[in-house]
Amino acid sequence: MSVATPPADLLGDGDPHDPASSGPGDGASTGRLGDRLFAGAARGSGLLIIAMVTLVGVFLVSQAVPSLADNHANFLTSRVWDVDGPTLRFGIADLLWVTVIVATVAMIIAVPIAIGVALFLTQYAPRRLASPFAALVDLLAAVPSIIFGLWGIKILGPYVLHAQGWIETAFGWFPLFSSDTTINSAGTIFLASIVLAIMILPIVTALSREVFAQTPNAHKEAALALGATKWEVIRTAVLPFGRPGVISAAMLGLGRALGETIAVTIIVSSLAGGTSWSWSLFNGGETFASRIANNAAEFDSPQKAGAFIAAGLVLFILTFIVNAIARVVIERRKAFTE
Amino acid sequence: MSILTADPPTAEVGDDQLTHRSRGRQVRNAAATVIVVACFLIAIVPLAWILFTVVSKGFHLLLDVHWWTNSQQGITARRVGGGAYHAIVGTLLQALVTAIISVPIGVLTAVYLVEYGRGKLARVVSFMVDILTGIPSIVAALFIYALWVTTLGLNRVAFAVSLALVLLMVPVVVRSTEEMLKLVPNELREASYALGVPKWRTIVLVVLPTAFSGIVTGVLLGLARVMGETAPLLILGPYAKSINTDLFNGFMAALPTMINQDRTEVLQPALDRVWAAALTLVLLILVLSIAGRIVARLGAVKQ
Repeated sequence: MSVATPPADLLGDGDPHDPASSGPGDGASTGRLGDRLFAGAARGSGLLIIAMVTLVGVFLVSQAVPSLADNHANFLTSRVWDVDGPTLRFGIADLLWVTVIVATVAMIIAVPIAIGVALFLTQYAPRRLASPFAALVDLLAAVPSIIFGLWGIKILGPYVLHAQGWIETAFGWFPLFSSDTTINSAGTIFLASIVLAIMILPIVTALSREVFAQTPNAHKEAALALGATKWEVIRTAVLPFGRPGVISAAMLGLGRALGETIAVTIIVSSLAGGTSWSWSLFNGGETFASRIANNAAEFDSPQKAGAFIAAGLVLFILTFIVNAIARVVIERRKAFTE
Repeated sequence: MSILTADPPTAEVGDDQLTHRSRGRQVRNAAATVIVVACFLIAIVPLAWILFTVVSKGFHLLLDVHWWTNSQQGITARRVGGGAYHAIVGTLLQALVTAIISVPIGVLTAVYLVEYGRGKLARVVSFMVDILTGIPSIVAALFIYALWVTTLGLNRVAFAVSLALVLLMVPVVVRSTEEMLKLVPNELREASYALGVPKWRTIVLVVLPTAFSGIVTGVLLGLARVMGETAPLLILGPYAKSINTDLFNGFMAALPTMINQDRTEVLQPALDRVWAAALTLVLLILVLSIAGRIVARLGAVKQ
């Protein structure tokens, strides 16, 4: 009775101070060579992932800095993009505006619909049909973005062009809807937003569905016991419970929309250099991603590539922030519910 | 305990006084139902429309056996003919190489997070996986460009594309494997430890096989994601019309770049091939993601 043997010694011959043998997990490692190698490989993969993200940042910064140092225009506020001449002059004002407005309008369209779809799938759809219906919406995520772009400009575009005409006539006094544009094709920011909205819909729906499905039955039953209608149950129990999850889902969708490349590249017509500024959604333009993609064939000098990499760096930082916010919101929710 | 069904019976039966609902509340309830159902229908329309478009515009070329056996070598936009063999091979090869690199990294990271990781390092790894999930494909491509072309001075080749795709596939594999490993009952691990089996053999022989179908699902969904990516191809994998199976030399075609090549074309033969390539890509990806779902359903861990 008096002899207390440490469990680590019972299980193997390893050094109990070795982090791999007295594993921080369940203490099941034996400390033998196989265990140490395997644990090392697993940890190594984890470290490799940290290294990957760090390297992305480091490489982008290191390639962007020389070009930024040579830049003769203000990087943040300038609207010019001239990287062909002997002197580099480039700024991201236009890119930032188009990137943010495209993604924001896409969110305004997609998030309410995604919430509706998620409510339909979790609260309204017959139980037997709910999962096939959900799979149908998820299939939308399997369609490659180049197909969305192709379909958007060639098939959906003409219809949206009509709608734009009506909106211009009715709300043209509002700067976002003015006809103050230099393009007359369907390739507008507005069309890109609609297509992006369709593309982020399955992501936002899938995550919202997950949180709505977790609403505690006690909350819903309490509302029903008070005589609430189905809508009142949703408004008083389901939606408040799901709010952090929906916010985080929307942020993830926003992250996707900011970085979407080929669909936007195909759809939005680039403006000629020196075009005057317009607030209109019915204008063309380029996002960070589409500017880089449009010029991918011309990365011939490190200087020039550096300018585009600088734009890519801003996009990376933007999506990093948005995704980090999404994660923080969902973490806080976990802290409250568990 | 919970008797909640789709239509709560308590609301309909019983004393009229107790369950009385004012007209306004009933109207609002009905309106909500209509809106929610309408949202679902709106969400389905684009899917059906896109699938209808690619099938109706691309199907006739896929019936021709040359589509599956020939390349586009020597075919101009004006000419009918040729096939997508070169692009299909390119897409599959690049996806295969991506998977070979991504799956071990992804699975081992998931094993680390579930079986070993505690404390700060595990939280950092988990956070970094989230960041990778959200990384735009064009940023991944720029990173590989900065590494492969600018720093190492190598040419743009298919292998570089695969490296960029690894960054996009790894997080998908990690997350799906992680979910599955968490579902493996602890009793299985404990039974194995009780027999004196070392932890690593327990993981390799008991835990991973139990979660196998989930891992396969993750790999298939990851493949479906990377096959459709175009941005890395634009930056790292210029299009070529002929067949090339060498990952380290020359340009290799892929379905997305095949579509991208002729999408602004006005001549009908070229446009037909764009839609046919689109349909081929959609079919490849749909087959993979549906296969992923079926594997997930068949092999779900039973509690």
